[in-house]
Amino acid sequence: MNTEALRAPPTAYPRHDTAKEVAAFEVTGHGIGGPAPKRIIVGYGFWIFLLSDVILFSAVFAAYAVLFKNTAGGPSARQLFDLRSVAVETGCLLASTFACAMAGVAVSERSMKWTQLALLVTGLLGVSFVFLEAHEFTGFIARGAGPTRSAFLSSFFTLVGCHGAHVTAGLIWLGTMMAQFRAKGFREDIRLRFLCFTLFWHALDIIWVAIFSLVYLVGTLPPQMLP
Amino acid sequence: MWGKLSWQAIPFHEPIALVAGGLVFAALGVILTWIALKGYMPYLWREWITSVDHKRIGIMYVVLALVMLLRGFSDALMMRAQQAVAFHAPGFLPPAHYDQIFTAHGTIMIFFVAMPFVIGLMNFVVPLQLGVRDVAFPTLNSVGFWLTAAGALLVNLSLVVGEFARTGWLAFPPLSEITYSPGVGVDYYLWALQVSGIGTLMTGINMVTTILKVRAPGMSYMRMPIFCWTSLASSLLIVAAFPVLTATLGMLLLDRYLGFHFFTNLAGGNSMMFMNLIWAWGHPEVYILALPAFGVFSEVVPTLSGKALFGRRSMVVATLAICVLSFTVWLHHFFTMGAGGDVNGFFGIASMIIAVPTGVKVFNWLFTMYGGRIRYDSPMLWSIGFMVTFVIGGMTGVLLASPAADFLLHNSLFLVAHFHNVIIGAVLFGGFAGYTYWFPKAFGFRLNEALGKAAFWCWFVGFYVAFGPLYVLGLEGMTRRMQHYDRPEWHPWILVAGVGALIILCGIALQIAQLVVSIRNRAQLRDETGDPWDGRSLEWATASPPPAFNFAVLPRVTGPEPLWDLKCRARELGRLVTAEPPYEPIEMPRNSATGFVTAFLAVVTGFSLIWHIWWLVIVGLAGAYLTFVVFAWRDLVEIIVPADEVAELDRANRAARAAVLASGYPR
Amino acid sequence: MVMLDSLAIMLVIVIPTIAATLAVAWWFRSSNARARYRPAFAYSGRLELIVWSIPALVIFFLGGVAWISAHQLDPARPLPTEVAPLEVQVVSLDWKWLFIYPDQSIASVNRLVVPVGVPFRLRITSASVYNVFFVPRLGSEIYAMYGMTTRLNLEADQPGVYPGLSAHFSGDGFPGMAFDVDAVQPAQFARWVAGARTAGPPLDARSYHDLLRQSENVKPYTYGAVAPGLFDSIVRGQQPPGPGPAATTITTATPKEPPHHVG
Repeated sequence: MNTEALRAPPTAYPRHDTAKEVAAFEVTGHGIGGPAPKRIIVGYGFWIFLLSDVILFSAVFAAYAVLFKNTAGGPSARQLFDLRSVAVETGCLLASTFACAMAGVAVSERSMKWTQLALLVTGLLGVSFVFLEAHEFTGFIARGAGPTRSAFLSSFFTLVGCHGAHVTAGLIWLGTMMAQFRAKGFREDIRLRFLCFTLFWHALDIIWVAIFSLVYLVGTLPPQMLP
Repeated sequence: MWGKLSWQAIPFHEPIALVAGGLVFAALGVILTWIALKGYMPYLWREWITSVDHKRIGIMYVVLALVMLLRGFSDALMMRAQQAVAFHAPGFLPPAHYDQIFTAHGTIMIFFVAMPFVIGLMNFVVPLQLGVRDVAFPTLNSVGFWLTAAGALLVNLSLVVGEFARTGWLAFPPLSEITYSPGVGVDYYLWALQVSGIGTLMTGINMVTTILKVRAPGMSYMRMPIFCWTSLASSLLIVAAFPVLTATLGMLLLDRYLGFHFFTNLAGGNSMMFMNLIWAWGHPEVYILALPAFGVFSEVVPTLSGKALFGRRSMVVATLAICVLSFTVWLHHFFTMGAGGDVNGFFGIASMIIAVPTGVKVFNWLFTMYGGRIRYDSPMLWSIGFMVTFVIGGMTGVLLASPAADFLLHNSLFLVAHFHNVIIGAVLFGGFAGYTYWFPKAFGFRLNEALGKAAFWCWFVGFYVAFGPLYVLGLEGMTRRMQHYDRPEWHPWILVAGVGALIILCGIALQIAQLVVSIRNRAQLRDETGDPWDGRSLEWATASPPPAFNFAVLPRVTGPEPLWDLKCRARELGRLVTAEPPYEPIEMPRNSATGFVTAFLAVVTGFSLIWHIWWLVIVGLAGAYLTFVVFAWRDLVEIIVPADEVAELDRANRAARAAVLASGYPR
Repeated sequence: MVMLDSLAIMLVIVIPTIAATLAVAWWFRSSNARARYRPAFAYSGRLELIVWSIPALVIFFLGGVAWISAHQLDPARPLPTEVAPLEVQVVSLDWKWLFIYPDQSIASVNRLVVPVGVPFRLRITSASVYNVFFVPRLGSEIYAMYGMTTRLNLEADQPGVYPGLSAHFSGDGFPGMAFDVDAVQPAQFARWVAGARTAGPPLDARSYHDLLRQSENVKPYTYGAVAPGLFDSIVRGQQPPGPGPAATTITTATPKEPPHHVG
């Protein structure tokens, strides 16, 4: 046997660690201490999912940017967007995120009453957001400015609608979470899922800020100021 | 009530499709009946279909890939046959049928052969190499696999119910818009890819989290095996690129279903935008496929050369460089769209730059072999075959990267030869090397070597005979996807290419024979020790096949080749290095039918979307939500493997290793 | 030429690499007792430097070649000439090519006649789906896309027939999109133009709409007159795009093929 093969010759090899020894290792989530605890793994994985969702939105944003000027003789952003309604929608969404944060506090205090109440408020504000958005969409369609009118409108409806669809899915998830808390209490895995939900809800907020700025604010700038 | 679906959807007027589809589904029926009659159903359900074990899921991915390889390859044989006879003649495949065949060939080979093959190997090997018990999200893993299988099923259903897309494997608009492709073909394509795309994204998220957060104690980044590094890079690419595919295909779906105008000719649509978006996904996709294949070679070459991998750190740097650079080159797929010298030049140079880290990898493998003691088992043959073939393919890629050259060669058979050169050379050869190399670990017995070597030579020779002529044809001006042609100087080359395809067919037949013979002779081919190749990384420390929990206690890692270090030390001491550990019960995730049920509902939903059966779509989506709720409502999520069962399995493994150590190592 | 240069440069690396791979694989086989086993040879800074820098230098050089040729051979770049170039407008339809000579006010389907030694400037668009205009022996490919114009500059130095095709799959009739480029002496070209003017139907909006319908394997013919500004109106979207299979049963002109029914 060729001793050249030894790479890092230790003086004494350790015994296989028991599970207890592994647990006692400094588990910082950097891998070298062994597998990270479940809370970190779930949170990290969900963050990666959120990043992939951001990339999905980026592709739709890119399409919007390319197609922004292609109004095909139909209405443009400036002619359509009603910033007041959008402001109210934004208020609803931001408020619902605040309520969601309050729900997080209630969960850590293990208060079922306040958790359900805060989640209910979160949900109602989210529903208001979706309702206002649906109202905006049906209004446009009634004015002949539906998504089939031009490429600009297709991309507008898709971008804003994709966000709205995510919010709707989030609301269904929220309802399920409320039922789960009621049925199973504050068990650790339910709390982990709720952590993921709050991450999701906050991320949707961030995307909305981007939409609000790049679609509604930039869209209603006077033409000279547009890129 | 049934949307667009009617009896006319069955291709009675296309006998070839009807017979082919009929045979496949008949064979499927026979197999399922045999399984049911023999009483294997409960075993299959319990141990495979509802399994969340990464090893089982990895094997199922590879099985899916190999079965779909047969479908994709028969498409290739039909294409070669049609082109061989369609000189000054219509051939036996009318254009509508031929167009479906080449579209299906590309779609199946990329999405349902290459992707599952590579993902299957990653799934099986990575947790074992990282020294842990499973991936970060085992049930998600199962869902991802079954969604991929659902996509494959949808594509194959199009053979007997309806038609497939007739647009080429990337379905460019305006041809893929509803105006020019009014049938259900493009819808089959789109929904199959959306469903399997979700599955792939789940795998990407799972792998990234596993490799970054779930490793054995002591395994820092630089102590990770290179296969894990390439799996990480590939999974990062999946997470970054697949959402773009989902978004782009989603926009095309909106155009087709709801009359949107993303890519239409009228109302301001921009079809060039599809080109940009789809290739922004498409180029990273080929590196998603190639990087794990490079990882396989980085495992096989050191082990079978008896030497550590040369230039470990630069391999890691090269891998990450390829990962990042793959996002900067996409325009080289459409130099001929008239972007001008500056844009074309930039992307041409970027495409050439990506050849540098790839070349570095080849040299590192070369220097790994230098000074080694190389054993010519078939994984090594595949590796050397890869090194020769891929270098040629990469060279033709750099040639195509020059816009001026591409102006003459875009979409020609030169291009087709190039990408088959690199995909077969890297991904297929790497897949087969990995398949042969890790087969004993997965099943407990080796594959027959003689048949494996014969299969390699048929593939190797067959590849050059099949695709060499295509380089010449491309230089002579023949473009791709031609159902018939009139130029006499092209004909002989096409015939030679057809012969090459037949040689590859022999290779495939030999591989099937190899599997059958090996299963029959499995007692003689048994792998007693778990380490048939004198391996260097942790997966070879387990029994073959490993117990469900992989390792009785997680190993503590102190170097990049932990098993090799351990074996050298053991040889010095003359005994196993570590004493028997105190065994404790192990918690493993419980099996779940969530994946299978979700996939079934995905097939139902996809099929109903394709045929406009709207009520069934709602049923499918509602069912999916219900499945999610049922899964979320579980109270029992783990099973406990009792300590004495752990002890029994581990002691058997230790005894086998001690016996081998006493007798001197097998090689 | 660019390709041969690039190929030669690449082969300087590729051939030694492949040769070295095969040589090393052979020499260090485990049955060769003469080969020295060097298991500790896993790193060499010097080798790393060479292994990174040689491909980088080659790519640097090739990149320069690529950059220069990408500019010089850009399809839109006009060819240096002392003769007035010939303007040709190209429309790809399903599944034939329409060539309009705006200055001569004639048009031709599936056959492009050009005078030898005179560069012809092509402006190319599509009536429906993507195609690629490609005459392999004359020069570069370029895409034909609806609503957009691409430019290509070609010149035939020798008289002869140069086969052309579409190099982007465009549907069931795609293989039939072959056409010939006839490069003839200028005098013969003038005679051909004059002859075309006397015979053949006019190409106006109505006959163009007829041409839009799907047909394949169309035999070459000419139009005796062209409505002025027709090509620009096609590009600007003032003419409808090709209608696709729903509106038509495709016809064929070749007796060998049985009639096809699309869909």
